[in-house]
Amino acid sequence: MTRILKGMLFATTVLAPAGMAYAQDVTLTIESWRNDDLPIWQEKIIPAFEAKNPGIKIAFSPTAPTEYNAALNAKLDAGSAGDLITCRPFDASLELFNKGQLASLNDLPGMENFSDVAKSAWTTDDGATTFCVPMASVIHGFIYNADAFTELGLTPPTTEAEFFALLDKIKADGNYIPMAMGTKDLWEAATMGYQNIGPTYWKGEEGRKALIKGEQKLTDEPWVEPYKVLAKWKDYLGDGFEAQTYPDSQNLFTLGRAAIYPAGSWEIGPFNTQAQFKMGAFPPPVKNAGDTCYISDHNDIGIGLNAKSGNAEAAKKFLSFVASAEFADLYANALPGFFSLNSTAVKMQDPLAQEFVSWREKCQPTIRSTYQVLSRGTPNLENETWVESANVINGTDTPEQAAEKLQKGLDSWYKPAK
Amino acid sequence: MTDAEMTEIETGPAKRPVRWHIAVFLAPAVVVYTAIMILPLIETLRLSFFNLVEGQVRFVGLANFKVLFGDPRWAAEFWNALKNNIIFFVIHMLVQNPIGIALAAMLSVPNLRFAAFYRSAIFVPTLLSFVIVGFIWKLILSPIWGITPWMLDLVGLKWAFAPWLGKPNTALIAVSLISVWQYVGIPMMLIYAALLNIPDEVLEAAECDGITGWSQFWKIKLPLILPAIGIISILTFVGNFNAFDLIYTVQGALAGPDKSTDILGTLLYRTFFGFQLQLGDRSMGATIATVMFLIILAGVSLYLFVIQRRMRRYQF
Repeated sequence: MTRILKGMLFATTVLAPAGMAYAQDVTLTIESWRNDDLPIWQEKIIPAFEAKNPGIKIAFSPTAPTEYNAALNAKLDAGSAGDLITCRPFDASLELFNKGQLASLNDLPGMENFSDVAKSAWTTDDGATTFCVPMASVIHGFIYNADAFTELGLTPPTTEAEFFALLDKIKADGNYIPMAMGTKDLWEAATMGYQNIGPTYWKGEEGRKALIKGEQKLTDEPWVEPYKVLAKWKDYLGDGFEAQTYPDSQNLFTLGRAAIYPAGSWEIGPFNTQAQFKMGAFPPPVKNAGDTCYISDHNDIGIGLNAKSGNAEAAKKFLSFVASAEFADLYANALPGFFSLNSTAVKMQDPLAQEFVSWREKCQPTIRSTYQVLSRGTPNLENETWVESANVINGTDTPEQAAEKLQKGLDSWYKPAK
Repeated sequence: MTDAEMTEIETGPAKRPVRWHIAVFLAPAVVVYTAIMILPLIETLRLSFFNLVEGQVRFVGLANFKVLFGDPRWAAEFWNALKNNIIFFVIHMLVQNPIGIALAAMLSVPNLRFAAFYRSAIFVPTLLSFVIVGFIWKLILSPIWGITPWMLDLVGLKWAFAPWLGKPNTALIAVSLISVWQYVGIPMMLIYAALLNIPDEVLEAAECDGITGWSQFWKIKLPLILPAIGIISILTFVGNFNAFDLIYTVQGALAGPDKSTDILGTLLYRTFFGFQLQLGDRSMGATIATVMFLIILAGVSLYLFVIQRRMRRYQF
């Protein structure tokens, strides 16, 4: 709600005068769902670009995250969308490219700064065309209240058994809610739960690719097991977690009432400003000590060019800027938790962000299992996963029932190639 | 209606000049209403017979409807939404309207002190945005920050509290009651006006015959306000089967938990505009919108042609 309000306030107060004042220059509008990043864009990124490119003005115009895709599609169809489009990863953006709404960026200066893996989320299936400049990825893991851990004499767990033993201890102590997560908004359960711990069980890319090829099914043990683990989380969540929303979870943790927060790295920025205690992070626990660990290092944000933009030249200048090492440094440090995909290594100041990114060294990265190819049809696997993950934690469905429902839905439209 | 009136006048014995001013005065409303209501409606109905075939929009006849009712997944989603919508409507009919009538009856008691204050206080939520109402109630019912658990604790009923909005078997009832709270002012006002319209002579005559108090309400007032109750029922019906906003603000577009609060409006929204990774499907969206239109049309026709004609009206 506040986001909508903020968006409206922003639109009426900032955008309107900006439009009037700079009418003589080329003004590029950026469509985005990152309304949390508004200050960073306005105070750091846009001034840095405008200083070097006189005559080009940038207006950052975000929408609420859950409404972004629908709003963007409607605007693109109507021809009223901005010049620069922030790209969701994989199919949502691929569809826009196929419809001719995003322009090809193959010949954009600066694209050589990205590896094929980084570009994979915004490249056609045949690998021929890339249509968005990769901006950042997010990593899943658990953020914990380090002060509470010291107080209770706890250390971060490495295995599943240690993880649950730890939760038991926090619960027995009674001062903290062991884990801050709710199922009301559904996506928390799927994204912070299933996609967070899941890669450990389905062995990251190996399982994800096997699923796309049809060699594995969601009803197979590696895909059901994370649900079984998730079902056990129920006892460690706060009272009334069924009606706990995402902002509720964030607040419970930053107010120091919960000890562990199943997180995405994008929380680092806001948590740093809100939490009054020291924080640490640990990657999803492995099953047995010594197992390879897997993390979800998900390509999350890219930025592309509206094919119908009247200011394509100016917009390409901005995109080249986004592809530069300078932007990578600016962005990754302004938004700790959004990790640059640029091949040039970025030095980050934030210790929590450093901890997250250090897992890239020792763990196998993968992306969220439902994003590539598997969410192209109806019923949409990602959305169904939200519903079923919440059902499993609420106890509405058993892990087996949930997996069966998901596989049935997928089977109804998805035929693996060969 | 107006056309019929005009032709009747035209066929009158004395030939009068064409009354252009009627058309002129009607024009603004007709133009605006046609542009923003009738044309989109026709376009929606048309779109429900078209779909993408090999990348081209083609006429597909009733194929979209066959998918909606024939495909097990679509059918399950649709019937679930319709069932929830009916429950949503029934709760309004059983809770909102009787309470509205009771409040109106109490307000119309002569010599009631602060009547104007009660009337405004009960009507104010109706004027609030559903966004505010949804947000306030989400906070009130929140198990973490909400005041409900605390207030129930004060009266020793803490055990009765549950995270209602998050449980599949209570969420729909909770959201329906929020909606009832918001809109109870409307039946109250309409009934109140109807009650004030009853002439004092009728009531005095009843008193002379020894009918007072409750029996006066049941035997004299209630039959006289039946037409108003009929209007309220039909307004509730149309409003409920078009509802979307409150569910969307309180429970989100996926109408969780487990689609237990999914009504036709939210199903239409998800299908037409898409949600998160799901892309919008205009043809199937238009198909659902068409079915909603037919449901509402059937309900309104049933009322107009069957119920309203049998209703007895009293002239004073």
